[in-house]
Amino acid sequence: MTQPYIRFDKVTKAYGDFIVVEDLYLDIAKGEFVSLLGPSGSGKTTILMMLAGFEPPTRGAVIVDEKRIDQLPPHRRNMGVVFQSYALFPHMTVADNVAFPLEMRGVPKANRKQLVDRALDMVQLGTMADRKPSQLSGGQQQRVALARALVFEPAVVLMDEPLGALDKQLREQMQLDIRDLHKRLGLTIIFVTHDQSEALTMSDRIAVFNKGRIEQIGTPNEIYDHPTTRFVADFIGETNLLDGAIETSDANGLIVALPGNKRIRVAAGSGEATGAAVTVSLRPEKIRLNSDAGSENSLPVTILDSVYHGDHLRMVLDAQGTRLIAKADRRFGDLQPGSKAIASFDAADCWLVRS
Amino acid sequence: MRIAAGKRLAAFCLVAPLVVFLVLFFVWPLATMMSNAVSSPGAVQALPQTGEVLADWDRTSPPTADMQAALVEDLRAIEDDQTVGDITRQLNSAKSGFRTLMAKTVSAVREDTGPIDLVAIDKRWSQVPFWQAIAAATASPYTDRNLLAAVDLARSPTGEIVSLPDTRSANLAILQRTFVIAAGTTLACMLIGYPYAMVAASCTGWKRQAMLAAVLLPLWTSLLVRTAAWFILLQDSGLINRMLQALGIIDTPLALLFNRTGVIIAMTHVLLPFMVLPIFSVLIAIPSNLMPAAASLGANPLRAFWRVLLPLSLRGVVSGSLLVFMTSIGYYITPALIGGPTDQMISSVIAFYATGTANWGMAGALGIVLLVATIALYVVYDRLSSSEGQRA
Repeated sequence: MTQPYIRFDKVTKAYGDFIVVEDLYLDIAKGEFVSLLGPSGSGKTTILMMLAGFEPPTRGAVIVDEKRIDQLPPHRRNMGVVFQSYALFPHMTVADNVAFPLEMRGVPKANRKQLVDRALDMVQLGTMADRKPSQLSGGQQQRVALARALVFEPAVVLMDEPLGALDKQLREQMQLDIRDLHKRLGLTIIFVTHDQSEALTMSDRIAVFNKGRIEQIGTPNEIYDHPTTRFVADFIGETNLLDGAIETSDANGLIVALPGNKRIRVAAGSGEATGAAVTVSLRPEKIRLNSDAGSENSLPVTILDSVYHGDHLRMVLDAQGTRLIAKADRRFGDLQPGSKAIASFDAADCWLVRS
Repeated sequence: MRIAAGKRLAAFCLVAPLVVFLVLFFVWPLATMMSNAVSSPGAVQALPQTGEVLADWDRTSPPTADMQAALVEDLRAIEDDQTVGDITRQLNSAKSGFRTLMAKTVSAVREDTGPIDLVAIDKRWSQVPFWQAIAAATASPYTDRNLLAAVDLARSPTGEIVSLPDTRSANLAILQRTFVIAAGTTLACMLIGYPYAMVAASCTGWKRQAMLAAVLLPLWTSLLVRTAAWFILLQDSGLINRMLQALGIIDTPLALLFNRTGVIIAMTHVLLPFMVLPIFSVLIAIPSNLMPAAASLGANPLRAFWRVLLPLSLRGVVSGSLLVFMTSIGYYITPALIGGPTDQMISSVIAFYATGTANWGMAGALGIVLLVATIALYVVYDRLSSSEGQRA
């Protein structure tokens, strides 16, 4: 990573005895799209509010472009904020809403019009300029909010669950639109969400938060395939968490003993001692049924349930006392609950996570 | 059909008590007051022949013998003293002097049954203005005299509308003073009430409850008690003056009692809830993220207030102002107790006519003027708010 553009340096935010964010270190580069992902109450919105200037940090420093900004009032931070419920001004037209930040910056009226038109065209709302926000649909309002946050070319754009109120189809369209704007305009975007699929689709990097701390930060790929903690593995996507103990370790990896006298081979291990209790994360789509081609691991299982999901089948398996979830191809539709099968998976797809 | 009719009857029965109440205690007194203001039936009924003869009179030439004879006939026909008293009061309110004139004339007419020369009884019967008063009183059972007098106008003897001389009436000046005091109270309520409502709306939990209770508390106390309390607080050796002196801010006591300052202070205190509550209810309905949004877009707090919060809460300010203004133009007790003689408002004039001189016509006419002013204000407000609604 290059020189960080935004830096949280040991930032703590507490309300009385209640600590919302604890000792946060976070570096964000210019032009990066970083998602802050976590369950509600994990402190991610508070971090955004500290960056926007609505909440002062209790301790630590917030640095943007090598300047401490935590004493700067919000209206002098030059950051575009997109709020969860859009926060459009209901008494102004769409054009006036978008012109508001320009007006506040003393941009002459003639230039304002031009910039507003350009910003509205960018979100495909050029024809709606004279309407009131109440006359627009949710998705259109969201796009106005986006245009308003971008029109003054802010240094950073902060988005606080901006797509939460939209329906699924619109949300996916907006995800792509925002992603596209980010690339096209080279924006630095910090995006708060509790929707893991949203974070995975859009981000350059994801910071997963739990109880006011970063559990893991990395690219979507790293977060999904190589979760470092049980929380991350569980929160991002669906996973099977298998508790066991290390039996032996060699150059090819580890053998982990699971309850019920089962053994699985795990490709990667980071110097855990023999006998140590570990948790193995195994993604459901990595489990193959009745096809052991080249698999290091295979377990006899009984099918407990099979649910049709259109593009795949979601199966609940019982591997001699261990419950497994598998996403299986539709050609296994003839496997009825109660029938026996072999579940196999690669050692490379088994991943050790911390508790 | 029958079911629908039954339902309608049931619905009517539900609102019937309200309708009866409104008619009995609102519509009827209002109608009585209004008709009192414009009617003067006494003379028309009691002096029918005089009215007939006077209808042909040009109202400027000297009184004729026919007019005198008709009046004598009419006065003889009246038997009870009540009617005599009524027409005497009616005529006297139009032209002073009738009280003694009528007393003299009636007793003379009753003693003698033959034709009488009225001028011999009293020389005033030769004067045109007295006959003009009778002519005006008998011409129609309705009169605009009270309404005109309420706004310092009168009919000249020839029937044109002219201004009354300053010495004879001060209603317009008092009306103007009423509006000035009401406007001052409204402004003071606005300046205190808006920030108060803002703070209350930004608080949560028990703090908000406490702030609202504090503003509502005055409403739970009698107006008279509150006014008396201000009387104690505002006097020269009262709490306020003593504290200001103790703090060394002033040397001699401020004059707060029996002047306009005191009236506006006390009225503002009483009427503050009517300003705070509408503004508060509008403010809490404004989404809480609009002000942060304005700040993030580069608006400093003052500009954010001016461009976002104020326009959005204007509806509350306007309805609060209207409530306060309308209530305060009818104020009576507070100016009477705390104000000086030059702070009396129009209601005290109405009270003077109603209870002091039993001139119900004038009291009703002033009431109508007040009602019209209030309704006009309401119409303006309604226009403003509905056009606002259409734009939103």
